[in-house]
Amino acid sequence: MTMETNGAAAPHTNGDQPALSPENAQVIALTRKDFVSDQEVRWCPGCGDYSILAQTQKVMPDFGYRKEDIVFISGIGCSGRLPYYMNTFGFHTIHGRAPTLATGLKAARPDLMVWVITGDGDALSIGGNHVIHSMRRNVDINLVMFNNRIYGLTKGQASPTSEFGKRTKSTPMGTVDTPIMPLTIALASEASFVARSVDTHTEHLQNTLERAGRHKGSSFVEVLQNCNIFNDGAWRDFTDREVREDRMLQLEDGKPMIFGKDRDKGIRLRGLRPEVVTIGENGVTEADLLVHDEAAEDPYLALVLSRMFWPDFPVPVGVFRAISRPTHDQLIDGQIASAVGRAGEGDLEKVLNGGETWTVT
Amino acid sequence: MTTTKEQELPVQELERVTIRFAGDSGDGMQLTGTQFTRTAAVFGNDISTLPDFPAEIRAPAGSLPGVSGFQISFSSTDIHTPGDEPDVLVAMNPAALKTNVGDLPAGGALIVNSDAFTQANLNKAAYASNPLTDGSLKAYTVFEIPISSLNERSLDGLEMTTKQKDLTKNFFALGLMFWLYERSMEPTLHWIDSKFSARPVIADANKRALKAGYAYGETTEMFHTHFRVRPAHLPPGTYRNITGNEATALGFLAASKLAGRPLFYGSYPITPASDILHQLSGYKTFGVKTFQAEDEIAAIGAAIGASYGGALGLTASSGPGIALKSEAMGLAVMVELPLVVIDVQRAGPSTGMPTKNEQADLLQVMFGRNSDSPLPIVAPATPGECFDYAIEAWRLALKYMTPVVYLSDAFLATGSEPWRIPSTADLPSIGVPNATKGDGPFYPYLRDPETLARPWAVPGTAGLEHRIGGLEKADVTGNVSYDPENHHRMQTLRAAKVAGIANDIAPLEVYGPTTGDLLILGWGSTYGAIRSAVERLQAEGHSVAHAHLRHLNPFPANTEEVIRSYRKVLIPEVNLGQLLMLIRARYLVDAVGYDRVRGKPFRIVEIVNEAVQILKGLE
Repeated sequence: MTMETNGAAAPHTNGDQPALSPENAQVIALTRKDFVSDQEVRWCPGCGDYSILAQTQKVMPDFGYRKEDIVFISGIGCSGRLPYYMNTFGFHTIHGRAPTLATGLKAARPDLMVWVITGDGDALSIGGNHVIHSMRRNVDINLVMFNNRIYGLTKGQASPTSEFGKRTKSTPMGTVDTPIMPLTIALASEASFVARSVDTHTEHLQNTLERAGRHKGSSFVEVLQNCNIFNDGAWRDFTDREVREDRMLQLEDGKPMIFGKDRDKGIRLRGLRPEVVTIGENGVTEADLLVHDEAAEDPYLALVLSRMFWPDFPVPVGVFRAISRPTHDQLIDGQIASAVGRAGEGDLEKVLNGGETWTVT
Repeated sequence: MTTTKEQELPVQELERVTIRFAGDSGDGMQLTGTQFTRTAAVFGNDISTLPDFPAEIRAPAGSLPGVSGFQISFSSTDIHTPGDEPDVLVAMNPAALKTNVGDLPAGGALIVNSDAFTQANLNKAAYASNPLTDGSLKAYTVFEIPISSLNERSLDGLEMTTKQKDLTKNFFALGLMFWLYERSMEPTLHWIDSKFSARPVIADANKRALKAGYAYGETTEMFHTHFRVRPAHLPPGTYRNITGNEATALGFLAASKLAGRPLFYGSYPITPASDILHQLSGYKTFGVKTFQAEDEIAAIGAAIGASYGGALGLTASSGPGIALKSEAMGLAVMVELPLVVIDVQRAGPSTGMPTKNEQADLLQVMFGRNSDSPLPIVAPATPGECFDYAIEAWRLALKYMTPVVYLSDAFLATGSEPWRIPSTADLPSIGVPNATKGDGPFYPYLRDPETLARPWAVPGTAGLEHRIGGLEKADVTGNVSYDPENHHRMQTLRAAKVAGIANDIAPLEVYGPTTGDLLILGWGSTYGAIRSAVERLQAEGHSVAHAHLRHLNPFPANTEEVIRSYRKVLIPEVNLGQLLMLIRARYLVDAVGYDRVRGKPFRIVEIVNEAVQILKGLE
């Protein structure tokens, strides 16, 4: 069966939102400060969430949306507090369900820019089902998942991304659950934009949020975030300034996958598995390396990248995948436009009198 | 059956007839019943129907669990129920006979498809001996008709397999009933033509089967008479036959039109609510957006999201799904957004009996959330009323900025009655509270002094940027607050807002004397059985009245006054006494309950007998 669409739902040639026009920029001359609410921020001192909030507020003016046309929706957990601190519309909902409210809101109001703020427990445990389905529907939302590998707000239990064997308050002998890879889930769920960044890598985080915000369709952004109270240093091994260049891989579209302080390490594919190679050793040249293609139609490359993690591999950050396909709201509106185009606008009187009727005098 | 007149022709006039078609779930009994219903409705009879089918789509053929039935009562007078017991039972196989004959009163007509009474089918129905020959049916007027073979013969020459031919035998039975009750075949012939327009052979076979059944009645000497049920004297107007689920979908469509806001329907498939999704998904030309969610929670979450955005967020389920939605219903109570939650109740607990009727979710929707979490509850009493209360649910949700529960049930959802189609000009208006930017800061929890509703400040409205959520709100500002006194004040305000609705709803009406011996108080789909019982009791000279609640939270303001006007209050419910508990707790009135929880509606006679017992005790 073919999907009924009309022009409004036709696939865009480019997956991004239109860039801010100079005219718009003038009308909406907003700055970071306009997006700071009057509420006192109440995360623990030193929490990675502060940086994510700051970068979010910083990029907001770039999108060309008026404040009142932006909505932040969150679930439960430390991340869930973020909407209170944004001077936009905000909705702090219930555990794991933020994507569902965002789906309904975006379907009813395609004109709004909708952000979903969530955490590893909220998005992957209690709300896992909704993440999968909002992504497969290509709901035009920007889902930002703060991943600190721990339940912080409930004071330190194992999360679905906690390392196998991790000792926490709820797992004194170590967790027996295998962690899941958030970006693998996002890709398997057909997300049309998948990216990763780090709370403390401010410029990278800004760029990533900016790309996500401009993407038309479901964006899934994993932000590696530090919980300095219950899981301090969760990502330190590869995110610290001294080691990051050797232990992280900056993905750049169309460029070979090279990393390392000396830019001499690369990723090559051997059969179905990636491997780390050194350029210049054993006859390896740049031409042997994988070239990143974020718009690849099939998700294989992105899936391979999503499985790469420290210490076996450098941790890829940046945009894993960015493809264009019709969004949920476009498809819904397209069907309505198509039905109206064929039969005209609905007439209540006619519908009430539909079917077989008879008259009593 | 009441015989009013004997004519020269062998035609007997009857006031009311109740027929039950019963067969294997693959025998097309629902279709047969529906066709008879349409024909009777268009003819002008008052009708009431009760489909009764198994949850299994196709249980093993010929087995007892696979029996599907459809009861229709049609009348020349106003009727309220599908009939306590059938006058005529059409049994297409031994299993159908076994599961239904117990409801047929002595002297009732029993039409059986004798071809189906093979040893194999008798075994499947666990008959030790053939009931057609062992004398066990001698209390009834039995018509043994080889329906399968007669039907097959009427299809001679058609290029169909024997099995395909056998699938049309329900039309033979229908044709016979049409003859017996002087019904025109035209509506059904038209229906067959349009339904099977792409498959002319099937259309031809079904039409031939129908006509053969009719002709069999005409030519055989088996029936010595046929019966006439004249059109009923219904109030003037244009009518259609409508099921509760159809009326529900139309009502919510109308509500959207009346409020001038688009309807968003989030739903997850569940029996017996799914038909509402099917129907609303066909209203795209009205801008209705339907969303088949990944689960019950997503369905209500999306509805709340849509309401937050200014649409009419609607969701529906049955008891098990409502359990899953409970947390989100609590969120809607906290954030005070308009939302309607439909609960088409079915027999429980747990999965229970998915296709069978019960009205046992009242306390679930009243209290089934954490903390004090009050919300209004409305409950239509008849299939047609489902339309009116869909509009009423949205009127309350919007005026008071609150989630509202709309309680239907399996009997209302699938049962049908003639419905006088309202003119859109006569429908009530629905006000929408629009928040706009005033001078000074915007306060999302500043309440209307009269209704206590907070403003509906939808995204996109400049100057109204604000944050809401499930955390407790500070009064007026809506900021997060852990202040003890504020929490007490907010709990009290939320309760007062819902309680205040009592003064904005129709008072509880009484049918019968305004004071007297006995008030029978009901809610939901028990309406027909209670009203019929009260009519009968009143005709016998008893001092009995009927009142039926459509608003279950809050109760209408005059409820206490009404129930204190009788010496005794009887509350029949298809649950173990849920309204009873609320009424007793609320008013300290010594009401008594009467419950029969069998997955079926009450019989009129059961309520009559119970009332008579109570009245005897008062003497």
